[in-house]
Amino acid sequence: MDYFDRFAIPHPSPAIYASMVAIGLTVIAILIGLTYFKKWSYLWREWLTTVDHKRIGIMYIIAALLMLFRGGVDALMMRAQTAVPDNKLLDAQHYNEVFTTHGVVMIIFMAMPFIYALMNFVVPLQIGARDVAFPRLNALSFWLFFMGAMLFNISFVIGGSPDAGWTSYFPLAGNDFSQSVGTNYYLMSIQIAGIGTLISGINFVTTIFKMRAPGMKLMKMPMFTWTALITNAIVVFAFPVLTVTLLLGTMDRLFGTHIFSMTNGGMDMLWANLFWVWGHPEVYILILPAFGIYSEIISTFSRRNLYGYTSMVASIVIISFFSFLVWTHHFYTMGQGPLTNSIFSITTMAIAIPTGIKIFNWLLTMRKGKIEFTVPMLYSVGFIPIFTIGGVTGVMLGMASADYQYHNTMFLVAHFHYTIIPGVVFAMLAGLTYWWPKMFGFMLNERIGKWAFWFIAIGFNVTFFPMFFTGLDGQARRMYTYSEASGYGPLNMLSFVGAVGLAIGFALIVYNVYYSTRHSSRNIGSDPWDARTLEWATQTPVQSYNFARTPHVDSIEAFWDYKKKGQPLFKGSIEKIHMPNNSGVPFIMSCIFFVWGFSFIFSMWIPAIITTIAIFACMAHRSFEKDDGYYIPVEEIEATEKDSEVLADENR
Amino acid sequence: MKRKLTLLSLVIGILAVLAGCEPVMVLDPKGPQAETISNVIWISIATMAIVVIAVFALLVYVIVKYRASKQDEDYEPPHIEGNPIVESIIVGIPIIIIIFLSIVTVRSTYEVEATPKGYEDQKPLVVYASSSDWKWHFSYPEENIETVNYLYIPTDRALEFRLYSYGPITSFWIPQLGGQKYAMSDMITTLHLAADVPGEYMGRNANFSGKGFAENIFHVEAMPADEFDKWVEEVRATAEPLTEDKFAELLEPGHLGQMTFSGTHLEFLPPPEGHNHGTKHSHEGEHDTDDAHGDVDTDHSAHK
Repeated sequence: MDYFDRFAIPHPSPAIYASMVAIGLTVIAILIGLTYFKKWSYLWREWLTTVDHKRIGIMYIIAALLMLFRGGVDALMMRAQTAVPDNKLLDAQHYNEVFTTHGVVMIIFMAMPFIYALMNFVVPLQIGARDVAFPRLNALSFWLFFMGAMLFNISFVIGGSPDAGWTSYFPLAGNDFSQSVGTNYYLMSIQIAGIGTLISGINFVTTIFKMRAPGMKLMKMPMFTWTALITNAIVVFAFPVLTVTLLLGTMDRLFGTHIFSMTNGGMDMLWANLFWVWGHPEVYILILPAFGIYSEIISTFSRRNLYGYTSMVASIVIISFFSFLVWTHHFYTMGQGPLTNSIFSITTMAIAIPTGIKIFNWLLTMRKGKIEFTVPMLYSVGFIPIFTIGGVTGVMLGMASADYQYHNTMFLVAHFHYTIIPGVVFAMLAGLTYWWPKMFGFMLNERIGKWAFWFIAIGFNVTFFPMFFTGLDGQARRMYTYSEASGYGPLNMLSFVGAVGLAIGFALIVYNVYYSTRHSSRNIGSDPWDARTLEWATQTPVQSYNFARTPHVDSIEAFWDYKKKGQPLFKGSIEKIHMPNNSGVPFIMSCIFFVWGFSFIFSMWIPAIITTIAIFACMAHRSFEKDDGYYIPVEEIEATEKDSEVLADENR
Repeated sequence: MKRKLTLLSLVIGILAVLAGCEPVMVLDPKGPQAETISNVIWISIATMAIVVIAVFALLVYVIVKYRASKQDEDYEPPHIEGNPIVESIIVGIPIIIIIFLSIVTVRSTYEVEATPKGYEDQKPLVVYASSSDWKWHFSYPEENIETVNYLYIPTDRALEFRLYSYGPITSFWIPQLGGQKYAMSDMITTLHLAADVPGEYMGRNANFSGKGFAENIFHVEAMPADEFDKWVEEVRATAEPLTEDKFAELLEPGHLGQMTFSGTHLEFLPPPEGHNHGTKHSHEGEHDTDDAHGDVDTDHSAHK
């Protein structure tokens, strides 16, 4: 029995047992459902083995939405616990696990897959490509991320969740102070997902550099593709740091090294530095694609070209450069002295300049436009004032001397939610609603969507604005409770009320998906928003080969000019199209990675060795495999394109 | 949009009333360092208010004026690439703002990292503040006394806290006297504070340090110098001496009430002296000189 004790949860509670039962029942229901409806082979053929960037994008979306709700439930638990002073809903240990999980899930397993979902679906279409540069690696990226996420998510029912915060500072996260396997889960699952992200980074940089349609110079790329390019460049530079940091942490916890420990020569501030050398660029990895999405949406619904294209590009490049030069501002209070802190204050505040340029460019894009307040546009317009508050409080936090008072308080929590929620969550919801018709062939209901937006926008402000005040009043973050005498009660209660509003908003989005699936018209054409970029020049739903004929691009808004000025877009005749074969290897290899991670988490060395060998075997298999893909013959393409040609002619 | 703005202003109004009941701690300074920071915060709020108002005003202007419902059916928005003058303005004004705030930041950062203004010629009161899970130990080496979880300080005298930790990284913070600083296990960090006004203040560990973090609070009382001296005398006369065994017991994880001892743990368990890389043989002679105040001593010690 001793052997199995390690899998027990260290701090069980009825809620956790209930979740165990729920997880078990859901898995059984899925298995039975798949068998009953004979969907196993469909699932395997069409999804698990797919290398199509569009399907991979959709799988990323499903995973991201699932994780959004997991992280959202954690958030609700936190706000409920702190709603009243001296609350006993959660104990300290449980609360610590909940906020750690909330942070990791929201950033690594919700925001990251969400941006990769949209990049996967949209970028190849926007540049007129048939797929990404390495389709099979793309599948591997997704499955590695997915297995990492699943591994992290089972932690709370097997062995216990991590409890040292999403930043997981050592020595707190070391064996001395965090004895459960929780932090092992953190290290291994993020490692696995992180490898996937790094592969994606390489894949997308290559795709955007090498696979653009003829005529699409770099300075003619749509803004979302530009942000995707820069984001992935940051990924390529920043994620190796995370990989090494996690590896060092794993060595400390599993193999008894003393890199971050308090004794035998460890350095406890090393983790914080390494973590944020990755962590700060990570923030821009999340926000830059959002900036790209807003640029597309604001331009589309203002019926105008994007104002200041060149300065937009310049500002994202400058932001990406500065993102590597500011990490110390996460711990001004570590005692580096005023010189270091002054330098990092200036670099930090300097980022506000290119960001400000973007805000003003969006405003100037709307000026003289013809603004339609569709749901995606509402999120984009709502983003501007909220993100401005997030941005200016960021400048305030960037001032080292003042930060000595804001650091580690609810003021900081309010600030980063004021940037991440409008900056990432609003953008993802806007992007999802915007590209939804291209993905699924019908529109989401506008009326329900607007209700959801108002609940989310107002609920968000009610939740997070009070935190600026409690923070200035000395409420530290990550406190599971506080005394009545502290006076934090009323504002925390207000936060809880806001959180409920946010929850209603997200529930409305789910309802909207259900409602629209049942009731929305399927007859929406290929360009329902009257948009400007190439992805709208494909059929809806998009064919597996994307474009029957490769588009030729002569301007920044080639599709718009094609529609309005009759500038030719598709030249030449249809030719046979080369396509990559599906492959089950990425999925199988990622499953092995799952077992590999699990074995390391529980220090089970025999399975760890076997799975390590198996992973290398998968790679060896790939290098000896001969796979030339296949061709789609011209007749088949002509048959599927018949209707769209007619449509295209009508459009002109 | 109107509905949103009304609601937003309503929310902000309610918050202002709620928060207005009494000034928030950080903006209610009781010492020179906290006052410097409080002024910096007000300057930054005022400056940033300009940005916020400008963006909000422009936003309201464009979405009211250029919404589709207000325009002709056949209005075709123009194609505008950009305008060098407009773009210079949206780059130039932020740069000026950032330069201004940078100057404020650098000056104030140097100020709060040094002996408080007006106290430069005094000898500061040195207090070693060390944290262990989840307590604070305050050692007064010159007075030769030690307290747990409470801190008595004289007003109108510079205070020099030397911080270190017997556990995870913690952060020593008394919001009404000044900013916070980390306490770590392998080095000493120095925090300069002073109290102008006698009174009771909240002090806490601000950096998450595990299960007992929320209650990791200490009580601060600032009193005139003669009262402080009287208290020191009294402690020396009446308090139990702190022994090595007793201190080892205090370090055990958990919560303790307030305790008082004569003697300090510094005598038998010296604080870490600088970067202790532990590898005494290989790093001998390697000096870390990046600290402007010599906060971090460069000698290596046998501290584990």
